[in-house]
Amino acid sequence: MRRAITERIIETCIRLSGLVVILFVVLVFLFLLKDAVLLFGHYPLGQFLLGTKWLPISEPPSFGIIPLLIGSLYVTAGAIVLCVPVGVISAMFIAEVAPGPLKGILKSLVEILASIPSVVLGFIGLVWLGPFLKDLLGLRTGQCGLTGSLLLAFMALPTIISISEDALASVPKAFKEAAYGLGATRWQTLWRICLPAASSGIIAAVMLGIGRVIGETMVVMMVTGNSPVIPRSITQALRTLTATIASEMGEAVSGSEHYYALFAVGLVLFISTFLINLVADAFLRRARQ
Amino acid sequence: MSGARVRQNIAFGLMGLVTMLVVLPIILTLWYVVANGIGAISLDFILQPPRNGMREGGIFPAIVGTFILIVGTMILSLPIGVLSAIYLVEYAKDNLFTRLIKLAVVNLSGIPSIVYGLFGLTVFVVLLRLGTSILAGCMTLAIMSLPVIITATKEALESVPASYREISLSLGATKWQTVRHCVLPYAIPGILTGTVLSLSRAAGETAPILFTVAAFYLPRLPRSLFDQVMALPYHLYVISTQVPNMPLSLSFATAFVLISLVFLMNLVSIILRAHYRRKRQW
Repeated sequence: MRRAITERIIETCIRLSGLVVILFVVLVFLFLLKDAVLLFGHYPLGQFLLGTKWLPISEPPSFGIIPLLIGSLYVTAGAIVLCVPVGVISAMFIAEVAPGPLKGILKSLVEILASIPSVVLGFIGLVWLGPFLKDLLGLRTGQCGLTGSLLLAFMALPTIISISEDALASVPKAFKEAAYGLGATRWQTLWRICLPAASSGIIAAVMLGIGRVIGETMVVMMVTGNSPVIPRSITQALRTLTATIASEMGEAVSGSEHYYALFAVGLVLFISTFLINLVADAFLRRARQ
Repeated sequence: MSGARVRQNIAFGLMGLVTMLVVLPIILTLWYVVANGIGAISLDFILQPPRNGMREGGIFPAIVGTFILIVGTMILSLPIGVLSAIYLVEYAKDNLFTRLIKLAVVNLSGIPSIVYGLFGLTVFVVLLRLGTSILAGCMTLAIMSLPVIITATKEALESVPASYREISLSLGATKWQTVRHCVLPYAIPGILTGTVLSLSRAAGETAPILFTVAAFYLPRLPRSLFDQVMALPYHLYVISTQVPNMPLSLSFATAFVLISLVFLMNLVSIILRAHYRRKRQW
């Protein structure tokens, strides 16, 4: 009898934990929404979404998200253009070409990269990569979108490589054997058989990489120059959605319009990464079938 | 050599070169931090508080702070993470509730860390009146660590053969007895590996602790769970961007200590995994 009761209590705890996980996602969304909505009591939603000026402490303040959105877009696009080809090709090399021991070393190196804290990479961008790019390309400042893109591309590599590599490794052996049997070389098999067969997984890898890049905060805050104006090129100082929250929340007075505006920016971030993850998950599930 | 062969060699060679574009920067990054940081490492640097506006002295409070955050995060996230993974693997039927949990785990892992920071600020710091405190910071980091712990625990549980469960159930054990005595013990190494990995990530995070716990400059140790603490990643951010005339050697040394801490935790998880593979009985 006592045993039955214990069993009941434990099962309830287990079920509750599952519920708590769902609850957290809902709560994160609701609390961002709650504080963001308080902004729109004073400040019209249209001006927030379409405004081209982010001037939170001028009088009257202006909370147009467009400069930040374009900042995020520039940095993300730059990073993705750089890291997708490099990441997918390295994944192909690791999955199908590298011999056993080398494969292990390469995989551990990628894991090491994944564990380097972003603030350390931001620091390196600040003291080395930024000045280096400035001299190399003759820029006005090394603290610009390009420096951020390069570092973010570097940071997104582990996500893209490990998920693409998984996708390539799970292509059924029979596909490859059939190709070899028909006289195809390993390269022809990899390029014409494995890559198309793994495409769903690779697309998921790229989506998750994009999600990672959009959400990264410290690197972009430290190296992209922190200037919330619409950039005309990627070699200018700019500021992303994430960096805006991180750098302004410390000064925003709790309960002010500025404070709520930063939550509204957070809500935009939440919704975009939520959608990206949903799509990535759909591709991952298709890859598994 | 046939044309197809030649093309294959060229293609594989080029792929190798591209892979070097990944490998070289990783090695260079590590070498750069180690070479520049190791010189300023001393016992005083590890065990002394910072002095003179952080331009001298050590980083002891930041090391202790990060350590406290790691332990607190583990205490809060491990039970919920493991229990919900047990639910997903052992109890869940294929229904809406289960699908929602899986979806929630996927989305939790995708939420940007700064958004967790906002959530922690509005819920733990403001609504629950915890203030900027260790408690608020650990809770924020714990939610962020959940998805990794759940995924790792799920994999560990799934790798225990179904026959273990069937035999236990056939001997009249209840569901929980089976899980407790015949599944969990074999999954524990896998769970530990995942937990250490997720904590090493939490240790290196800056954005979630910015507004929930991190102290700009607090050269003493915390007295209670409601105190602020310094933390290594935030300290590195502060001294490399907010402190003028900061000697670079101290920034490098801080980066070196942070990287070493994270690698040490990763090493522990790799050793656990290797140990577990060797002892595996199936």
